[in-house]
Amino acid sequence: MKKTVFLGALTVAGLAAGAAAAGTLDDVKARGKLNCGVTTGLVGFAAPDANGVWEGFDVGVCRAVAAAVLGDATAVEFVPTTGKTRFTALASGEIDMLARNTTWTFSRDTDLKFDFVGVNYYDGQGFMVPKALGVTSAKDLNGATVCIQTGTTTELNLADFFRKNNMEYEPVPIETNAEGQQQYLAGACDTYTTDASGLASTRAAFENPTEHVILPEIISKEPLGPLVRHGDNEWGDIARWTLNALIAAEELGITSANVAELGAAAGGSPEVNRILGTEGNLGEMIGLDAQWAMRAIAAGGNYGELFEKNIGEKTPIGLARGLNAQWTDGGILYTPPFR
Amino acid sequence: MTTLTDPPQESFKLSMLLNDSRYRSITMQVIALILLITAFWYLGSNLMANLRAQGLNISYEFLNSAAGYDINQTLIPYTSQSTNLQAALVGIINTLLVAFLACITATVFGVLAGVLRLSNNWLVRKLMSVYVEIFRNIPVLIWILIIYTVMTVSMPAPNAFRGETPTATMLFDAVAFTNRGVYIPAPIWGAGSMVVVATFFASLIGVFAYRRYATKLLFDTGRLLPMLWPSIAILIVPTVLMFFIMGSPIGLEYPALKGFNFRGGTQIGAPLIALWFALSIYTGAFIAENVRAGIMAVSRGQTEAASALGLRPGRVMNLVVLPQALRVIIPPLISQYLNITKNSSLAILVGYADITATLGGITLNQTGRAIECVLLLMLFYLIISLLISAVMNVYNNATRLKER
Repeated sequence: MKKTVFLGALTVAGLAAGAAAAGTLDDVKARGKLNCGVTTGLVGFAAPDANGVWEGFDVGVCRAVAAAVLGDATAVEFVPTTGKTRFTALASGEIDMLARNTTWTFSRDTDLKFDFVGVNYYDGQGFMVPKALGVTSAKDLNGATVCIQTGTTTELNLADFFRKNNMEYEPVPIETNAEGQQQYLAGACDTYTTDASGLASTRAAFENPTEHVILPEIISKEPLGPLVRHGDNEWGDIARWTLNALIAAEELGITSANVAELGAAAGGSPEVNRILGTEGNLGEMIGLDAQWAMRAIAAGGNYGELFEKNIGEKTPIGLARGLNAQWTDGGILYTPPFR
Repeated sequence: MTTLTDPPQESFKLSMLLNDSRYRSITMQVIALILLITAFWYLGSNLMANLRAQGLNISYEFLNSAAGYDINQTLIPYTSQSTNLQAALVGIINTLLVAFLACITATVFGVLAGVLRLSNNWLVRKLMSVYVEIFRNIPVLIWILIIYTVMTVSMPAPNAFRGETPTATMLFDAVAFTNRGVYIPAPIWGAGSMVVVATFFASLIGVFAYRRYATKLLFDTGRLLPMLWPSIAILIVPTVLMFFIMGSPIGLEYPALKGFNFRGGTQIGAPLIALWFALSIYTGAFIAENVRAGIMAVSRGQTEAASALGLRPGRVMNLVVLPQALRVIIPPLISQYLNITKNSSLAILVGYADITATLGGITLNQTGRAIECVLLLMLFYLIISLLISAVMNVYNNATRLKER
């Protein structure tokens, strides 16, 4: 089998196969490390800090899964992927899951044979322009030169938006966010377009963030979420319910501060008890131990804590909760019940 | 009495396939062929089996569906609603364009640097050595990035041309150098312009006819007619006369700042310029070495003999040394042309929409058809490279030493 895999990889770079056949959960446990695909660097979502430690909102999801499965939030190997390489990396088994601002679309879910396990950020595509340009609406961008990351859904949304509004533009395709930032700041393009959260994150890294505005138009739905390979449902369930546990934890008031206390003994709320494993056997049902969700929440806090710490209004990125608030607070975050 | 007997008929034994030198080479080749076919069959069936296991298949249907994305440099009609096949064609033409331009300029750079590297002037010689050593020893990828970055950072944005006191101005009010590209006036073909164009092509033929006649006269009578100035005159004067006779049918459309960008005229995009320049200056350094090798391969006696006949150094180089050096230069030159074509696949680095960027980049990403796209890409580069080789080999055969 080893040889088959080796030769298969030789056949066509870009699709090694067969390797993914075994259970991902067993592979991860045997390896002792979770291979998690992230961006090449988008501050707030996934970027290494000054000490080379990855941190961010997407990184938080990876760490939660690692904590649930391996009991160690640091047992993650972060694999930086570009818009072009991410799907190949996941399909070939190089990474176990992809948490990289990836839009959940029909064809990615079906044709590319992936499973999206949920949505961790409801986003939409926007435009950033320098204030000096005097543009206040995306409808004023007729004839503009637009920097755009290649290999993303934003490229197709952009074409659709300009076609729908009978406007012309000139695309400048770029490979990474850093390159886009450089081209935009040099004035090689009038506007930079990507997911609004990505724009906010990019702007936060500028020398003068106040000189740039994000236009009010949001031209697409971009539900971003982690995804796994199609076919390994046990592993998909683990990723899905780890994410759900983080969201439910916020709704039920479980935080990184009180999770140890709440999980020590069964309390008054049955659902909290079931999530934290003091009641029922949910952990066993997904092939983990009873404390899986407790560890996931303890790793970086619940969904709300991850949001506030990495991309919330108090951070340089400054994103409001908006759609990403709990359903009880006017947002659309809504997890199925834990029972 | 003699009896004629047939030579003893050797019966064919299986062991002869290995022991008999008549058959051994064939045996070996057959074995090698079988092994090769088995290897490819194994790889192919393994690929198909693994694809089936993942529920995927090989299909080229996606080529007929709408591409959905826009491309910044299209030499043939293309919109986001065109098919992926059309997008691939746009990419192919862009690849051919940059490869063609870079081959020409690389040859010019290379021949100049190669000849000057053998100059008697110490400074010129050393400068050319520095050029060759710096450019061929740094990867072309880095040159492409450096040139593009320097262009976008140092050139003014179109915005700089705006306002009462712009910080940048157009050259002769006709050419604008911006960090998005160079905008030059475009010709407008009015009625009767075809006559002018036809006149131009007729003059072109005229130039060749004149040069042919002058060469023949030189060989027949030894009389040397001036070449350069009459050639230029034949090329330009009739066309200019015809232009005014027809009442100036060809106008110029000047680029002007409208909205965000310059409009009108012809835009030569910054990605094209960066890629073109980087490829030609990098490969030029290699060609310079080929040219130097070719010149040094011509024996010194040839130069001395030509000088003894009273030829001036320029003529010695053009008439005696270079024609002989070409025989040594052309075969490695073919490789360099192939390198340029293949290196042009780095285009996506600067956002140039070549075949690797369209078919092998965006189409591959949006459709997820990696294997199909990569196979098509391989086929394309293979065909183009073989074509370039074939054409250059024809040229090589034309210039090589004719042995009788």
